[in-house]
Amino acid sequence: MKNKANKLIISAFVVLGASVSNATELSILVDNSPDTVALTQALTSAYSKLNPDVTFEIELRPGGGEGDNIVKTRLATGEMTDVFLYNSGSLLQALRPSRTLEPINDIANYSNILSSFTSTVSDAEGNVYAVPIQTAMGGGIFYNKRVYAELGLKVPKTWQEFMANCAIIAEKSKAAPIAQTYRDTWTSQLLVLSDFFNVQAENPSFATDYTNNKAKFATTPAALRGFEKLQQVSEAGYFNDYYGAATYNDGLNMVATGKAVHYPMLTFAIPSIKLNTPDYIEDVGFFAQPGDDADKNGLTVWMPAGYYIPKESDQKEEAKAFLNYIATVDACDVITKAIGANGPYLIKGCTLPDNVYPAVKDMLPYFQEEGRTAPALEFLSPIKGPMLEQLTVEVGSGIRNAQSAAELYDQDVAKQARQLNLPNW
Amino acid sequence: MKSSRSYPYWFILPGGLVYLVLFLVPTVAAFWFSLTHWDLFETRFIGLDNYYQFLREPFLITGVVNTVIFGVLTSIAKSVLGLLLAVLLTSGLLGQSFLRTLIFFPVLVSTIGVGIAFAEIMHPARGMLNIGLSYFGIQGPAWLIDPNLALFSVALVDIWKGVGLATLIYIAGLATISSDYYEAARIDGATKLQMFFRITVPLVRPATVTVVTLSLIGGLRSFDIIWAMTKGGPGFSSDVLASVIYKQYQAGFYGLSTAGNIILFALVAFIVIPLTYWFNRREVDL
Repeated sequence: MKNKANKLIISAFVVLGASVSNATELSILVDNSPDTVALTQALTSAYSKLNPDVTFEIELRPGGGEGDNIVKTRLATGEMTDVFLYNSGSLLQALRPSRTLEPINDIANYSNILSSFTSTVSDAEGNVYAVPIQTAMGGGIFYNKRVYAELGLKVPKTWQEFMANCAIIAEKSKAAPIAQTYRDTWTSQLLVLSDFFNVQAENPSFATDYTNNKAKFATTPAALRGFEKLQQVSEAGYFNDYYGAATYNDGLNMVATGKAVHYPMLTFAIPSIKLNTPDYIEDVGFFAQPGDDADKNGLTVWMPAGYYIPKESDQKEEAKAFLNYIATVDACDVITKAIGANGPYLIKGCTLPDNVYPAVKDMLPYFQEEGRTAPALEFLSPIKGPMLEQLTVEVGSGIRNAQSAAELYDQDVAKQARQLNLPNW
Repeated sequence: MKSSRSYPYWFILPGGLVYLVLFLVPTVAAFWFSLTHWDLFETRFIGLDNYYQFLREPFLITGVVNTVIFGVLTSIAKSVLGLLLAVLLTSGLLGQSFLRTLIFFPVLVSTIGVGIAFAEIMHPARGMLNIGLSYFGIQGPAWLIDPNLALFSVALVDIWKGVGLATLIYIAGLATISSDYYEAARIDGATKLQMFFRITVPLVRPATVTVVTLSLIGGLRSFDIIWAMTKGGPGFSSDVLASVIYKQYQAGFYGLSTAGNIILFALVAFIVIPLTYWFNRREVDL
């Protein structure tokens, strides 16, 4: 009902816009996940309330690879909206930002944006292209706190402890120790991607060497470990029944209700858990994917998507004014109100309410202590091979072993590096 | 009568223009782009590198083998089942026209819709198919998850979806066979089976040619049903050439995937042109 009313108001403004000279309509393209839509609606209507002469037209696109193609095609043909939502990190580099996007270094609130984010949305010349609309995320393992309490388990600090917990779960309960959901192939990559804190801890120069064609997954023991861990849990038979046909939402439901005890995933899933199984959100906890050394325990961090402005927009100043508003504490509060607070914000001064969900509470300490977070590889290097999710499905399904998957992944990475015209490849 | 032609040539202009802009230009452009390093924003000529890279793809062999298996299997099954169904549905069966409609119905449904629905129907635990089989005491297989079975499960659905069209073409083909042949054969004391193999099968050949050629071309470049059901998975086990190409396009390897499309075009032409030639020659011999 409210939506309809909004649309009416918006179209009324559009009609008026023809006659009233200072009215602006900004078009904005976002992916169709419920969170981003809710978020964008909240932010745009809050901005319109402050600036009654500015209205918005929200366009939706699919997520994933199809969405990437829509964004690339519209940028290449000059048909992009005035503002659009897109990933940070390696995916952004494929858009050729210095050619297609408008730098936002000159907005007044630029200094509010934390450098941990700006470094993932910039080019070699230091131009920054996006303002973050969500919080930083962790990649790790969701776990069911109720089952942990029933079985007297402790949050594992090493991979050995994690495997021991899984063994106890397999022996003493009917629940699956680990949920895997390969109908949505992308979910199969998490055990490899979330292991990057541990790679970095053992091999600090890996990201640079990898980008420069000097380090490989197959020949760097620390990097190979992620694939080996996946093979190990698969061979131990710790997965849910028919994990090949299970979906991402199945995985979230299983770990929330205790049908599975662990689910390797990004914390951006927290709003979906709340949406799918509101009665169980308090049972869901979170920990970083453990490495082999308890003293080096930390979280692999993902940066959220942000709003970008295409160079071709003829309303750049108006769009920048909107992005300037997004980089304020007020905007953070609008976001928290719309979809809840799911991690630390990347805008200075933004705070979280006290009543965050347990999984969020579990994640925050990693950010508060020095040296307990590391960005995921895709934020340190422009190269991410597109084939990884199929390879991890193969390892998890027992079709291929870790070594062979890592070797194929290295070939895939080489292909991507050449597509990006990187030196040394 | 001013001219011997009924219509002036410029009548083809509207149609010709559409054909030129939407078909010929993109086709020629595709050949050019397959020789470039292309990221949608700019192109750089790199000669045959894309072809070299594409032919070295680790899963290309799987893709080619699967493409051929899928194309041949579905085309044989559609023509055999199509002929049998057509014979059945022209034999004066009760409710014949209703059954014809029923068989043809899947052809009208969107392939993506069919794929998504069957992915759910073939779910190993909660899918209708395995629940149905369990009433007969059969433990159904993991249709789309078992890497050795996934491609065949998809082929099964493709056959179900496509057999209606084959049946329709065969029904039309059967209608052209004069009933004199059957009458004569009956007088000579031929059995039903003999009539089928000696009269129906040879005389329905033009329909067979159409069905086999159409479904083979369709099968060799089929993509939508595979993508909707398995996305080429699990892993790469049901990948066909078209899905290998699509994944490269999705990954942003635009030049490379265009080269892949040219190779697919060559493969389909390589198989279908000799086949059509062979069929046509046989027809002349007859």
